[in-house]
Amino acid sequence: MAAVQDGAVEPENEKEMKTETLNDSAGNHTAAVGGVLSSSPGAASSVGTPKPNTAAGSDEQQTLIAVLQFLRRNKLLESVEILRREAGILEETDEAQSSEAGGTGLSGVVNVSVEGGDATTSLFNRVSVASAAPPSTTVPQPAKGGEDQPDVNVVLSAYSQQGDPALYQVYYSGLKNFIESVLDCHRAELSQVFYPLFVHMYLELVYNNHENEAKAFFEKFSGDQECYYQDDLRVLSGLTKKEHMKGNETLLDFRTSKFVLRISRDSYQLLKRHLQERQNNQIWNIIQEHLYIDIFDGMPRSKSQIDSMSGSLAGEAKREANKAKVFYGLLKEPEIEVPLDDEDEEAENEEGKPKKKKPKKDSMGSKSKKQDPNAPQQNRIPLPELKDSDKLDKIMNMKEATKKIRLAPETLPSICFYSFLNAYQGLTAVDFTDDSSLIAGGFADSTVRVWSVTPKKLRGVKSAADLSLIDKESDDVLERIMDEKTASESKILYGHSGPVYGISFSPDRNYLLSCSEDGTVRLWSLQTFTCLVGYKGHNYPVWDTQFSPYGYYFVSGGHDRVARLWATDHYQPLRMFAGHLADITCTRFHPNSNYVATGSADRTIRLWDILNGNCVRIFTGHKGPIHSLAFSPNGKFLASGATDGRVLLWDIGHGLMVGELKGHTDTVYALKFSRDGEILASGSMDNTVRLWDAIKAFDDIETDDFTAATGHIHLPENSQELLLGTYMTKSTPVIHLHFTRRNLLLAAGAYNP
Amino acid sequence: MAEERRPKQCTVVLPTESMKAMAESVGVGQLQEDSCVALSEEVSYRIKEIAQDALKFMHHGKRRKLTTSDIDHALKLKNVEPLYGFQSQEFIPFRFASGGGRELHFYEEKEVDLSDIINTPLPRVPLDVSLKAHWLSIEGVQPAIPENPPPAPKEQQKVESTEPLKAVKPGQEEDRSIQGKGQGATAAENKGKDKCVIRMKPRSTHELSVEQQLYYKEITEACVGSCEAKRAEALQSIATDPGLYQMLPRFSTFISEGVRVNVVQNNLALLIYLMRMVKALMDNPTLYLEKYLHELIPAVVTCIVSKQLCLRPDVDNHWALRDFAARLMAQSCKTFSTTNNNIQSRITKTFTKSWLDDKTNWTTRYGCIAGLAELGPDVIKTLILPRLVIEGARIKAVIEGPVVSNIDKIGADHVQSLLLKHCASVIAKTRPLPDNVDQYRADYGYLGPMLCSHVGKARAQAALQAQQVNRTTLTITQPRPTLTISQGGSGGSVSRTPSIIKVPSSLTLPMQTLVSARPGTPTQPSPPATKYIVMATSAGAASTQQVITLSSSRSSSPITSTAPSSASTLQPVVKVEHGGAGGGGGAGGVGGSRTLQKYIVVSLPSASTTESKGTSLPPPSPLSSVPPSTTSLESGVKLEHSESPGASTHSPH
Repeated sequence: MAAVQDGAVEPENEKEMKTETLNDSAGNHTAAVGGVLSSSPGAASSVGTPKPNTAAGSDEQQTLIAVLQFLRRNKLLESVEILRREAGILEETDEAQSSEAGGTGLSGVVNVSVEGGDATTSLFNRVSVASAAPPSTTVPQPAKGGEDQPDVNVVLSAYSQQGDPALYQVYYSGLKNFIESVLDCHRAELSQVFYPLFVHMYLELVYNNHENEAKAFFEKFSGDQECYYQDDLRVLSGLTKKEHMKGNETLLDFRTSKFVLRISRDSYQLLKRHLQERQNNQIWNIIQEHLYIDIFDGMPRSKSQIDSMSGSLAGEAKREANKAKVFYGLLKEPEIEVPLDDEDEEAENEEGKPKKKKPKKDSMGSKSKKQDPNAPQQNRIPLPELKDSDKLDKIMNMKEATKKIRLAPETLPSICFYSFLNAYQGLTAVDFTDDSSLIAGGFADSTVRVWSVTPKKLRGVKSAADLSLIDKESDDVLERIMDEKTASESKILYGHSGPVYGISFSPDRNYLLSCSEDGTVRLWSLQTFTCLVGYKGHNYPVWDTQFSPYGYYFVSGGHDRVARLWATDHYQPLRMFAGHLADITCTRFHPNSNYVATGSADRTIRLWDILNGNCVRIFTGHKGPIHSLAFSPNGKFLASGATDGRVLLWDIGHGLMVGELKGHTDTVYALKFSRDGEILASGSMDNTVRLWDAIKAFDDIETDDFTAATGHIHLPENSQELLLGTYMTKSTPVIHLHFTRRNLLLAAGAYNP
Repeated sequence: MAEERRPKQCTVVLPTESMKAMAESVGVGQLQEDSCVALSEEVSYRIKEIAQDALKFMHHGKRRKLTTSDIDHALKLKNVEPLYGFQSQEFIPFRFASGGGRELHFYEEKEVDLSDIINTPLPRVPLDVSLKAHWLSIEGVQPAIPENPPPAPKEQQKVESTEPLKAVKPGQEEDRSIQGKGQGATAAENKGKDKCVIRMKPRSTHELSVEQQLYYKEITEACVGSCEAKRAEALQSIATDPGLYQMLPRFSTFISEGVRVNVVQNNLALLIYLMRMVKALMDNPTLYLEKYLHELIPAVVTCIVSKQLCLRPDVDNHWALRDFAARLMAQSCKTFSTTNNNIQSRITKTFTKSWLDDKTNWTTRYGCIAGLAELGPDVIKTLILPRLVIEGARIKAVIEGPVVSNIDKIGADHVQSLLLKHCASVIAKTRPLPDNVDQYRADYGYLGPMLCSHVGKARAQAALQAQQVNRTTLTITQPRPTLTISQGGSGGSVSRTPSIIKVPSSLTLPMQTLVSARPGTPTQPSPPATKYIVMATSAGAASTQQVITLSSSRSSSPITSTAPSSASTLQPVVKVEHGGAGGGGGAGGVGGSRTLQKYIVVSLPSASTTESKGTSLPPPSPLSSVPPSTTSLESGVKLEHSESPGASTHSPH
C-alpha cells in the first residue's frame, strides 16, 4: 500500500476509496465514462431520456479527482500513483473488481491490478479528460455543518448540508399531506418517494448529530413505511450516532447508491411543481442527489403494480438495466454416435423396442440441430470437450429420458423424501447428482457427507502402493484400481473449518464442491474422497456455490457481496460479479452456461453475462432475502424464492416478472423445475413441498409490446389455481429438491423432532 | 401500510448500571455517568448489529433457532474474537447476590473433583447422521404412513370448519398485507377474470382404508365391550392417535346413535362408555371436533338432562354420568364456543329454560343445574345463586313434606348437595366474612344454614389449598405417583361418594376408619358403603402434614383427606378398592349389588407424590387457586388404567 506518511490521513483515504468504488458499482456497471456531466439527475431525466451512466460516471470522476487532489496536496505521491493504477483497473475490468474493493478492502484490488496489465495508461487519459471537465456542483460546496474538514470529505459525506433539524418533520409531513391530497392515480406513484426520503432525512439528521430529532423523526414516521421495508428499518433504528454510520454496510449502500423510482411524467411534474412552489429545497435536494427518478410516459402505475416490483434495497431496477439482449436459448446438444446406443439396447432389450425408439431419437436429434435464434453461439464460452465417459452418460441420460413420465396437472410426480435423521439441526446443504445416484449433505459441524443411494457402494481408489501392483494392461483396469475393502455406503469429507453452506456435484460425478463459513470453496474428488483444491478469494462466509451444467466452471457467492466465477484448474477467479448491495445468498448457472443468476439479501436477483461480466438483468420484487433460484429447463424463465415465502417467476428474455406463487408461509429454500419444465416444485421451511403448474403460469402472461416496453405488468392473482399439490412433511424442513431423469421428485431435509 | 402494532424500535438501550458493572469487572472504577450513557448506547448498537448478522447465519443454517454458534460466527465476521466454549447448561450462567447495599453478579464456579469427572461414565455417543427415504407422495397422493404427518392438522381442521371457503386449498391464504388494497388491485381483477367468483366448499371425502375399517371396528367394539382393560386401551388410542381425522364422522355418528338407542333402553353403562369416548375424542390433540358438534352436543346434553338414564333410578348412580357429561359440555363450550355458533349461550338458555319449568322432574333438574354449574363461577353467580331460595323451598317441600315417592326424595337430595357444593365455593369467594347462619337463612332460604357450614369448609379448604400450592412449587419434579384408584368394572359409575374427609390433627392410629362426612347423605338406598382405612407403616406418618385430594372419577365431589402435622417423610398412600363386583347399577345386568369401597391409605414414598396428586386431581368445585377443571376426571380415569387394574381386586362382569 501507500507509504504511510500521515497516519491521520491514511485511513480516511482508504475509507473514501471504498465508498467511491461502491459508488461506481451502483451505477449499473456500464462504466461509460466521459458522458455529459449533468448537474443533477433530475434535470437529465426531465428531458425524457434518463442517463444513468452519466450520473454514475460523473460521480465517480468527481470523487477520483477530489481524492487525487487531496493526495497531491498532502504530497502522498505514491498513493496518487497507486490510486490511479487501481482506478484504471476499475474501469477496465467491468467493475467486477471495483466492488471487490468495496467488500474486501484494497488488497483485492491490488491483486487484480497485476492482471490488468496495460490498463493504466488508458485510465490516465480518462482521468485527465475528466479533470478537465467542469467539476460538478457538489465538489466545491463548503461544509455548512460547521465542520472544518478537507473538501474531499465534503464530497463524500453526502449528508453534510443540512437545514434546521426541527423543520425536518414539518417538511416530511408537508410532503405527506401533499401526496395524500393528490389524485388517486398519482398518489400510489408518489408514495414511493416516502421511503427513500424518510431514510435519507433520518440519516442526515443522524449524520449531523441531531440525535433526538432523529429519534423523534423516526418514531413519528417509521410506521408509515411499507411493511416490507421493516428489516431495513430495524437496522436504521439501531443507528443513532454519526459514529455508527462508519462501517455499516446498509448505510453505505444508501449513501452510495441512488434509490431508483419509476414515476410517470405527470406524477413527477406534479411533485416537482409542488416542491418548487413551496421552496422546499431540503426535500428537493435529497431527491436530486440521492434518488434516481426513472420517468416514463403514459399512464401512472397502480398500487399493485408498484408493490409487485418494489421491495428491494435500492428501489426498482432501471428500465435500461434490463434492456440488454440475453441469449437464453439452449446450446446445441453435441451429436453422439448412435450405434453404440443401438448395440446396447439390442443387447439388453427384446426386439420390438429399438424400433420404437429410433424415430423418437431422430426427432430429438433434428430438434437440436435447429439453431435457436436466442441461443448463444456454441463457442461463446469455451466449454470443456466431452470425454468418453461423458458421452456414455449422455446416452444413459437419453435412454432414461425415453422412460420419463410426462407430467401434467393430472399426472403429478411421485415424491421420494430423504430424511436426514440425527442431524441435530446441523444440516445446511444438500445436493443430488444428476443421475440421482449420490446424495451429499453439508453440515454445520464442517463436514461434508456423501451417500450412495443406489446399492452400489462408494469406493475410493487404492493407495499408491496397491496401485503399483495392478496390471495396467488389463481391460478392467478401471475396476481394479478401486478399493473394495473400504467401500461403504457413505463417506465423510473433512476439511472445512466452519459450517458448510453450499455443495454441488460436478455433472460427471467425479467432483464435489463445497463452500463454507471459513471463506473457502473446496473441490473434492469422488474418486479418492479427498480434497483437491481450496479456492480462497472470499474473505467472508461463502453462502452458495454451483457447478456449471457443463462442468469445469463454477460460481460462488457470499457475504462479501461479490459472486466469483472460477474454473476448476485456476486458483484465482476468472470473473467477479459485483453490484449486489448485500450478501449474495444463492447462485445458479443458466442451463446454457453463459449466464449466472445470483440472488441476494438486498432482495434483488441479478443475471450476469459470463463472457464480459456485465450485469444484464436486475429483477426486483422480492420482499425478503432470496434463498433459492431455479432456471426452467428451456432457459427462458427463472423462478426465485425468498424468506417471505413467495415464489416469483421471471421472463429472462423480456426482463419481466411474470408470476407470483403465494402459498408458502416460510422461507423457500428449494426450487426445481421438472425435466420438461411442466411443473415447478418448491420446498420450504414450513415443512411443505408444493407443486405448481408451470406451463399455465407461463402461458398466462401478457407479453404485448406495451408491457414489454414499459415493464409494467399486471400479475394475475392465480396462485390458487396454479397450486397442484401441497405435501406436508413431518416436521422436516425441505431444503433441496431434485427431479430424476424420469421425473421422479426427490426431496431432502433434516428431521427436527 | 401503517401498522400500529409495529413495536417501537429505537428505544431499547442497555441500562447504564450494566456498563458500570462491566467496567468494574475489568477493573475500571468510578465511571462517569456520561461515559456510561455513551457506552451503553454504543454497546446496544453493536449488540443489535451482531444479532442482525447472527440471524443471517441462522437463515443459511436453515434453522428457526438462533444458536450461540451463530453469534460466534457473527462476531467473527466483525473481526471480534468469538466466545469460545460458551456452553453453559444453565439458562443464565450468572448468580446474583446482594448485600450491604450492593448488588453483585458473578459466575458461579464450583470446585469440581477431578476424580468425579474421571469416574463418571461417558455419555452415550450421539447417533450418527443417517439417511432414510420414504414416499411423501405417490402420483400426487400422500400415502398414510407413519413417516408422513397426519392428513389434516388441527389448525387446518379448524380453518375448514370455521371458514370453509378459505380452506379451499389449505395453506394458501393470501397475504393481503403485501398486495395492499389500492386502486390497482381492482383494475387487475376486472381485466383478468370474472370467473371463480363463487367458490364452492370442497366436498371432503373420508374414505377409510381396510386397515382403518378394521381399526374402527376394533375400537368401537372395545369401547362398548365388557373388557375394561381393552376399553382402556381403546380410549387411550382415541385420545392420542394422530391419524383419526378420517374416522371422525364415523365416531361421531356412532356416539350419537349409541346415545339415542341406549337412552331409550336406559342402558346406563353404555351411555357412560359413549361419554368416555367423547371425552377421549376431545382430548386428542390432533382432532378438531367443531364440525361434529351437531351430533355430539345433543348426545351429551341427553346424558345430562334425560329424565331417566337407567333402569332403576333409585339405586343406580346416574348422577355421576350427569356430572361427567356436564363437565364435557362445559369443556366443549370453552373450546368451541364462538360468536358464530354461540354454543355457550344456547346451552345456557336450554338449561335455564327447563330448570325454570315447574314440571321438570328432579333428574332433569339436577342435570340442568350441573350443566350450568360446570360452566363456571360466573354462571353460578348470575343464574344459580338468585334461584337458591326458590329451589330451597322446593327441596324443603319434598324432603320435609309428606313422602310422595322415594325417587323424588333422592332427587331432591342430590339437587341439594349439588347446589351446596357448587354454590359454596362461589359464595366463599364472593361473600364477605363473617358467615352468619341467620343472615344466610335470610338470603338463601331453606338452604341457608347448610350453605353456611359449607362455605365455612370451603374457606378453610381454600386456605389450605393456598398453603399447599406454595409448597408444591418447591418440589416440582416428582417420581410417578404410586396412588392407585381402581374402581368397579362398570367404569366407575358406582364411586359416587361425595365426601370430604378430614383427618383430625391428632391422628395417631395406625389404622382408622373414617366415615363419610358428607352431610345429609341418605345411608340406605344408593351409595355403597364406604370404608376408609388409613394405614401407616409408622406412627410418624401421622405427624406428616398432608392433604390428599382425590376426585373419584364419576362423582364430582371431592374426597379430601387431611393427614396433618409436620415432620416425617412417610406419607400415606390412598388406595381405593371396590370390594364387590362391578355394581354399576344396571351396567351389564349386574344390577343392584353394592360395592364396598375401601380407601386404604398406606405409606407413600415421598411427600411430593401426594402433593402432586393434590394438584393433578383438583377438586372439581372451583376452589381458590385451583381452576375448575374437568381434567381431573380424565386423570382419574387414566390413573386407574395406568396403574394396572389387576392390582386392584375388582373383576368386571
